[in-house]
Amino acid sequence: MAYLAVAIGGFIGACLRFVISEMIGTVHGFPLATLCINVTGSFFLAWFYTITLERIPIHPHLRLGVGTGLVGAFTTFSTLTVDTWKLVEAGMYTDAALYVTLSFVLGLAAAGFGYALAARQSRLRFQPDFRKEG
Amino acid sequence: MAFLLVGTGGILGALFRYQLSKWIGERLIVSFPVATLFINVTGSFLLGLFTRSLAGWLPQFGPSPMLLFGVGLCGAYTTFSTFSYEFIILLRERRYAAALLYLASSFVFCIAAGGLGLYGFPS
Repeated sequence: MAYLAVAIGGFIGACLRFVISEMIGTVHGFPLATLCINVTGSFFLAWFYTITLERIPIHPHLRLGVGTGLVGAFTTFSTLTVDTWKLVEAGMYTDAALYVTLSFVLGLAAAGFGYALAARQSRLRFQPDFRKEG
Repeated sequence: MAFLLVGTGGILGALFRYQLSKWIGERLIVSFPVATLFINVTGSFLLGLFTRSLAGWLPQFGPSPMLLFGVGLCGAYTTFSTFSYEFIILLRERRYAAALLYLASSFVFCIAAGGLGLYGFPS
């Protein structure tokens, strides 16, 4: 059952990435699609894993399907790597450096923000409402 | 048709990553994200290799092999989001040295692996 969840998530994630890549692709040769995919995926995964751990319990298989399957297949490290080399090969060294830097900085920042948001949402739930006692 | 190829590759890539993560996680009792690092490095190498050579290996199939093995399989097998999440977890645990090592090794090894796949085996 876990394998089925990961498989379905993998199918959807890969197709979703394919659609977005076809739509956005590159802008002046800059791989904007993959950058957007990796940043949004990083944000969502960190938020999803944290919120399902700390506040909203869901079935482990659903967590696997969405997290490991869908988001895992949606984001991609290999395309980031090869896209960087393609930029270098085309002599676009500045763009290559910018692409890698932005990918890491924005990706990790997005994950940090996703985590912080979920952690905050989890905390809010337990705030006592003193007004009801007044 | 393209969707089916990418989707099939997506299924295979995700399942392989899942199984490999479990396998490595069971055998290596370390709290460093070795599995994801290994997956991203090997996946980067494979995509580099496929990008350079796949059209030459299977010329009769046109763009289909790249959609299946490259976009689908390698794209789904490697994961940037899990890398990001694991980095954040290392920070949360205040393991700054491990986080920095994870970041640096992911960058260096994956770029190197991608380059090796692309340029290391002239056809």
